[in-house]
Amino acid sequence: MIKHLRSAADLDAATATLILDTAGEMAALAGREVKKLPTLRGRTVVNLFYEDSTRTRISFEAAAKRLSADVINFSAKGSSVSKGESLKDTALTLQAMGADAVVIRHPASGAPHRLAAWVDGSVVNAGDGTHEHPTQALLDAYTMRSRLGRLDGLRVAIVGDVLHSRVARSNVLLLTTLGAQVTLVGPPTLIPVDIAAALSPQTKVSYDLDSVLPDMDVVMMLRVQTERMQDSYFPSSREYSRRYGLDLARMRKLPEHAIVMHPGPMNRGMEITPEVADSSRSTIVEQVANGVSARMAVLYLLLGGKA
Amino acid sequence: MASPRADAPSKIILSASDLQRVVDRIAHQILEKTSGATGTVLLGIPTRGAPLAQRLAARIHAFEGIDVPVGSLDITLYRDDLRLQATRALGKTELPGGGIDGRRVVLVDDVLFSGRTVRAALDALKDEGRPSSVQLAVLVDRGHRELPIRADYVGKNIPTSLSESVRVSLTEIDGLDEVKLTGGDL
Repeated sequence: MIKHLRSAADLDAATATLILDTAGEMAALAGREVKKLPTLRGRTVVNLFYEDSTRTRISFEAAAKRLSADVINFSAKGSSVSKGESLKDTALTLQAMGADAVVIRHPASGAPHRLAAWVDGSVVNAGDGTHEHPTQALLDAYTMRSRLGRLDGLRVAIVGDVLHSRVARSNVLLLTTLGAQVTLVGPPTLIPVDIAAALSPQTKVSYDLDSVLPDMDVVMMLRVQTERMQDSYFPSSREYSRRYGLDLARMRKLPEHAIVMHPGPMNRGMEITPEVADSSRSTIVEQVANGVSARMAVLYLLLGGKA
Repeated sequence: MASPRADAPSKIILSASDLQRVVDRIAHQILEKTSGATGTVLLGIPTRGAPLAQRLAARIHAFEGIDVPVGSLDITLYRDDLRLQATRALGKTELPGGGIDGRRVVLVDDVLFSGRTVRAALDALKDEGRPSSVQLAVLVDRGHRELPIRADYVGKNIPTSLSESVRVSLTEIDGLDEVKLTGGDL
């Protein structure tokens, strides 16, 4: 097993499949009366969050607690970071406290890679800048596999703000490793040139959502990340949603079995209409539940064995 | 426990037909001791306990026409030696529909050795529900207990030394039925 989970590229097909299988067993345990497992008793997991997050932080906290690990939550607001403490000094503090795993979310791409050099414990990337968010990709893959039965040969469209999306990057890497065919869809301003070549040569790019939909098993809508946009990437949000938003009319173009995903938080009415988000094809709530199982699997596989 | 070299001397303890007779006998004993397997659930401990539990249920059905609920209980997450080895993959936990509350649970495993697996199984069981009682059935008891645990049904007692290893093969997993003793000074 690997020591850190910094990128979806850290996972080969066998390891990724092991994580998904383990997540399946963890999900089965979520149904019983006593959800707690003694597995990580005495281990300490630090949630180091330099960026706002609801579901990812709560999800990691629930996962660690269900495995009986001690959880320390750290958010940049209200900590010494606001007094100017650097990531390195914070890392050395955590190291001195004996953290067995550090779950980090940071606005700077690559922060988890730096952190891994400063601490002895495992580092789990919970989102770094516009780079990667590997556990989101794992829970997405898990959701697809449990809804559609397989990943190999699955056709997946990832639609929207690919440029700023760490979810998209991690998903392209992981899904390609597991044999799915990914198509990136969005306005040319939000899809980096050469992204397919940089991530995986099998990835396709399209600027026309309507032509892509009839061939897809999965459509993953991305949030338009206005907080990361200093320039204007499209004329107006209305034009964006007319061309790249998923509404009922577009959803009907999908094959019967296809599912609609969104990593959350959603801009309802922008990239996805409420009717689509709340439809039976949408897996958005399921993704949150699966997130806990997938993160339990990751924590168990990183921390459960001999250090 | 260090496993002996692949070319170490080995001795067959139970052949395929011996193994079948032993399973038949345990099935009869379960019927006898549980007054016809009423309110009883068989739970196999993966990997090889799970198919053994299935076989016991099939034999009980063949003898008396009773369908005993059967399932599997993975104990990996409850082991006390997780940190001594590389991370282990999880096995399947599948409890039968009616659950285990108020039932008599018979845990089924292939080899009883230190007793630590059974201790972990008791912990796992406690989190799944509250059985009225718990019994243990094993194909082989090789001794060397490290905890105060004993089996209610034993297929075969095999006196071993710690340097030896007992290898159970089952058709469902290994393609043949056999119990083998390897290593030591045979």
